[in-house]
Amino acid sequence: MMKENRLKFTIIAILIGLVIGAIILLAVGYNPLEAYGIMIAGVFGSPKYISWTIIKSTPLILTGISVAFAFKTGLFNIGAEGQFIIGALVATLAGYFLHLPPVLHAIVALLLACLAAALWGGFAGFLKSKFGVNEVITTIMLNWIAFYLSNFLVYWDKFKRPNSEASQKILSSASIAFPKEFGSSLGSFFNAPVNFGFIIAILVAFLIKYVLNDTTLGYELRAVGFNKDAAEYGGINVKKNTITAMMIAGAISGLAGAVHVLGVTNEISILSAMEGNGFDGMAVSLIGGNSPIGCIFAGLLFGALKYGGYKIQPIMGAPSEIINIVIGIIVFFIAMPKMIEGLTTIRSRRKRGGEVERSK
Amino acid sequence: MNALNDLGLIIGISLMYAAPLIYTALGGVMTENSGVVNIGLEGMMTIGAFIGATVGYYSGNPWLAFLCAGLAGGVLALLHAVACVTFSADQVVSGIAMNFLGPGLSLFLSRVFFEGATMTKPIPLDQKMPRPLNGVFAQNSFLDLVFNQYATVYLAFLLVFIVWYILYKTKIGLRIRAVGEHPRAADTLGIDVYKVKYLAVILSGVFAGFGGAAMSLAAVSNFRATLISGQGFIALAAMIFGKWTPQGSMWACLLFGVAQGLVVYLGGTNIKVSSQLLAMIPYVLTLIILMSFVGKVTGPAANGVPYEKNKE
Repeated sequence: MMKENRLKFTIIAILIGLVIGAIILLAVGYNPLEAYGIMIAGVFGSPKYISWTIIKSTPLILTGISVAFAFKTGLFNIGAEGQFIIGALVATLAGYFLHLPPVLHAIVALLLACLAAALWGGFAGFLKSKFGVNEVITTIMLNWIAFYLSNFLVYWDKFKRPNSEASQKILSSASIAFPKEFGSSLGSFFNAPVNFGFIIAILVAFLIKYVLNDTTLGYELRAVGFNKDAAEYGGINVKKNTITAMMIAGAISGLAGAVHVLGVTNEISILSAMEGNGFDGMAVSLIGGNSPIGCIFAGLLFGALKYGGYKIQPIMGAPSEIINIVIGIIVFFIAMPKMIEGLTTIRSRRKRGGEVERSK
Repeated sequence: MNALNDLGLIIGISLMYAAPLIYTALGGVMTENSGVVNIGLEGMMTIGAFIGATVGYYSGNPWLAFLCAGLAGGVLALLHAVACVTFSADQVVSGIAMNFLGPGLSLFLSRVFFEGATMTKPIPLDQKMPRPLNGVFAQNSFLDLVFNQYATVYLAFLLVFIVWYILYKTKIGLRIRAVGEHPRAADTLGIDVYKVKYLAVILSGVFAGFGGAAMSLAAVSNFRATLISGQGFIALAAMIFGKWTPQGSMWACLLFGVAQGLVVYLGGTNIKVSSQLLAMIPYVLTLIILMSFVGKVTGPAANGVPYEKNKE
């Protein structure tokens, strides 16, 4: 029942977001139907667009799962952004400096990225359990430290690609892109950097769902998230679980960064501002009802909105930032189920009133 | 004499960059003392920076622009208050929504008002925030470098005092803190909990809006997509670092300002220090300080907990 309600609320919130977005577009003189039409065509109009949408969604699904996982254990992982940066950084370092056979190289790079980001996230968990420092604040600090650390290393002369604002490219043995020969026979779907990232993301979603629901670790983590004191009383080591939870959340965000590098960009650039992969992950997690499987759909929705949304700018000149507004409104309404509940009960009360009338 | 001037330069830049943080951190102090967490300060700062730069460009009046920036931040905060106070929303989630809405609206409107650009047109020098002490000291002397600041810098420090006075010396301040500590007790004593929270949250947005404008009308002279990138979060950290008090937050903001001042200063010298590593220092420092003592201090007791009047 609760789950059903949640899904209903989420769908209503998405609709409200799209309607308010349409009103805003209309208010500044753009035709919202045309804008949404361009977005839909921009996502589904060609197999290539669909594969781009999936590629854009992949890191968001993973950072979404990372935030959702932390949420389930009572933690708020604002640090997904920094963990993503660390994952991308370590994956690029491993992809460039290590020399290993194909497949193995990619696996090693992915695992190293996860490990580094797990330590990065786990550090926030450690600070919380050892010193009682709120993870919201430490992860914000760690985000910026990761940001500057990444830029510092990209400026390192052994790592920086000369005459560019980016690092060296990873070796092809570390790539997780689909082999080219495989793609060319299958048409334009493969005219985008299709890679194994999406499959990895789905596997991770199911793995995390399994861990949370069907293992002792997951039970303990959820117990801590549900009621810390009761969990402690029940003999669960809250401090240890806090660190474990942040490590796992960190590893997933790091994986997002690694997948993005090894599958799509093959390098990291000098960052001038936060790219927002982690922050978008928070929205994905919320829209996905903080469930790993929900994050797959929310991530795809988010990726589609973003990828399709960028196309309204060149075609009709309408600001593509309308997408951020729509997402903001969706999250805003998801934050207050009470309001949506209020809206729907008024309607159902009316309906019920109508039935009484009829029965008379 | 040269060393003294260099010091003056560092102090001057530090103050200029600390001011926007101080406004925003004071906003955080207001809202969190009333028991509402507002991680949307970043978004409110962004819309303030945008509205400030836009009104400043079109009207030519920096004070009008500054006020409008506060108003814009306040309007966004009103949404946050509706969600958090009236509908007992998850405050962190609503804050995240604010951080999408603030920058989203700013860039959207920027494209509408400035022919598709995500950057507003620069405000002419004579229409920026005035420098009240300009010309009082010899140009580029130590005192000139330190005190020849934009009016927004002086106002920031004045606001620290005002917020301190309101919070600790007036009835309304007592009410705000009471509501943040124990809303039910406050309610029993006849305090309108919802009204007090609305006031505090809206003021937090107004202050954050001022903070944004202190960037776009003074520190630089236009708004662009990367102008506010994390200052709202840093102000939030400064507030916690400053133990939820106006004066403590101010010192924390000054620390971040000094780091920024050093980065700018060393960037202009021959000293070979990575600006990336320098930029990291305030964050590392904050972590260390949080580890060593702040963890033991907690914020207002009922911070982040929605208050529902009729719920037992």
